[in-house]
Amino acid sequence: MSTSTDAMPRAQRAGWLTPRRAKAILKRGVLYLLLAIVAFFFAGPLYILLSTSFKTMPEIQAGGLMSLPHEPTTQAWVTAWGEACIGITCGGLKGYFGNSMIMAVPAVLISVMIGAINGYALAKWPFPGARFVFAALVAGNFVPFQVVLAPVSVTLRTLGLFGSVEGLILIHVIYGIPITTMLFRNFFLSVPNDLIKAARIDGAGFFWIFFRIVLPLSPSVIVVALILQFTGIWNDFLFAVSFSNPSSAPMTVALNNLVNSNFGVKEYNVHMAATVIAAAPTLILYILLGRYFLRGMTAGAVKG
Amino acid sequence: MRRFLQRHVSQVALSPSLALIAIFLYGFIAYTAAVSTTNSKAFPRFDNFVGLEQYWRLFHTPRWHVAFTNMFLFGGLFLLVTISLGLLIAILIDQRIRAESFFRSIVMYPMAMSFVVTGIIWQWLLNPTLGIEVMVHQLGFESFRLDWLTNPNTVIWALVVAAFWQGCGLVMALFLAGLRGIDEDIWKAAAVDGIPAWRVYVFIVIPMLAPVFLTVVVLLSLSIVRAFDLVVALTNGGPGVSSDLPSVFMFDMAFRRTNLGLSAASAVVMLGTVLAILIPYLYVETRERA
Repeated sequence: MSTSTDAMPRAQRAGWLTPRRAKAILKRGVLYLLLAIVAFFFAGPLYILLSTSFKTMPEIQAGGLMSLPHEPTTQAWVTAWGEACIGITCGGLKGYFGNSMIMAVPAVLISVMIGAINGYALAKWPFPGARFVFAALVAGNFVPFQVVLAPVSVTLRTLGLFGSVEGLILIHVIYGIPITTMLFRNFFLSVPNDLIKAARIDGAGFFWIFFRIVLPLSPSVIVVALILQFTGIWNDFLFAVSFSNPSSAPMTVALNNLVNSNFGVKEYNVHMAATVIAAAPTLILYILLGRYFLRGMTAGAVKG
Repeated sequence: MRRFLQRHVSQVALSPSLALIAIFLYGFIAYTAAVSTTNSKAFPRFDNFVGLEQYWRLFHTPRWHVAFTNMFLFGGLFLLVTISLGLLIAILIDQRIRAESFFRSIVMYPMAMSFVVTGIIWQWLLNPTLGIEVMVHQLGFESFRLDWLTNPNTVIWALVVAAFWQGCGLVMALFLAGLRGIDEDIWKAAAVDGIPAWRVYVFIVIPMLAPVFLTVVVLLSLSIVRAFDLVVALTNGGPGVSSDLPSVFMFDMAFRRTNLGLSAASAVVMLGTVLAILIPYLYVETRERA
């Protein structure tokens, strides 16, 4: 419902503040005021998080939630990264950041690879029952993972992987199959069949076509899948808290333990710095690749 | 053998995934359902069949009542707030504004944050001695109270506002895409007839967005049933158990109270809730396509 200021005839523009014009300006004013409130609500918390992380504890206790730090200090960041006590160890978050990285990177790469092959097989090499197989795989997106926690726990113990990063990788790869398969299958349906047929007539096989024809056509969906999986796995808490131990805990668990532990004086500036560190990787992905990010989130919103 | 592989290469490529999902998803759901009919404590055992007794106990456990009711209370409020404000923000952004992508990004960036991070941020903002309450006091409104986190009657609003902050971006984006998909001619025709914009929205545009509403309701409902991290990080179920949700109850029974049978029953009820949302949705979707 854009107001009609642009289309207004020149004659009216001459008499500057006609009642109609005044109403249009007022409407725009209200619009931008509302947008400013919206922006404040969403951006405010991140600003407060950042500014608090550069303050000293006395300054925080003095109030002034919205104020900039008087004497900005990176002490809280140094503490959060390398010295803060999480549980009984006092080595900061760096080890847990490492845990999250060595968990997320392989899990993301493997699950995206599997999803791409599955999606390609289902979309381009259909067979009787392919639709049923697709439905059976994709239904996994809707299942609340609480319903598999206990048996997964038993299985990981049996395999000797409970409490290890490898165990978490395995679980993220398995439960990543439904979403990545769905994403790639839906995308590959749009790849022209003629290309595949022509290659097959020339004697090209399943994997040759996959690597030489289909994958080069799909950089965007690969990026979407990588972002979606990385965000999901980096931000996961349920599997992390269920199947890790203090030495293999990812960031989300360590952060929650740091902030919500009941021992000692609460160092809010350290908590805020730690929170920013935990959010940074996915936030940076969003800033750099926002467009793909949205596509991934829309596709991934169904999953657990 | 080689020829078999070549002819069925598609099935062969899919079979590892299918096997893993058959075991880790369907097999494990069956396993949990089986455990829910036993009296298992710390470890799953199948030699102590008790039928549906765990479900009976579950619905006679006061804490489960709180958790299950909270799911609907939190869910209802979250749906109402997120859908109405998400749509409103999408409409505001759709007014050919300046710096549109700037506003869009600001509404959507919280999507990148985990629920743990979201919970911690809002725990800080809602802290009565350091957060928004103190800020408003310093602005001169001394009587202002924001005690959501410490008041069992209003703690659910803390969950709603945090979940809204995190999830609004996606809802806004879905509505914005829906609004952009609406034929421009409708607006032109309405302008010719001199119909005010709000009436066009209420009587024409919003009804046309019905499929988007359906998608949004289903997506948000699924996330409500699964909500876990946010509660753990923001309120940890408190004060007392007043902000407990089924997922937290389930986790507590399985990993802290060593009551696997009861925990399994609660997990099956969660799955049942998801199916109750999903099956009508899939029914509507497939009927429309057919």
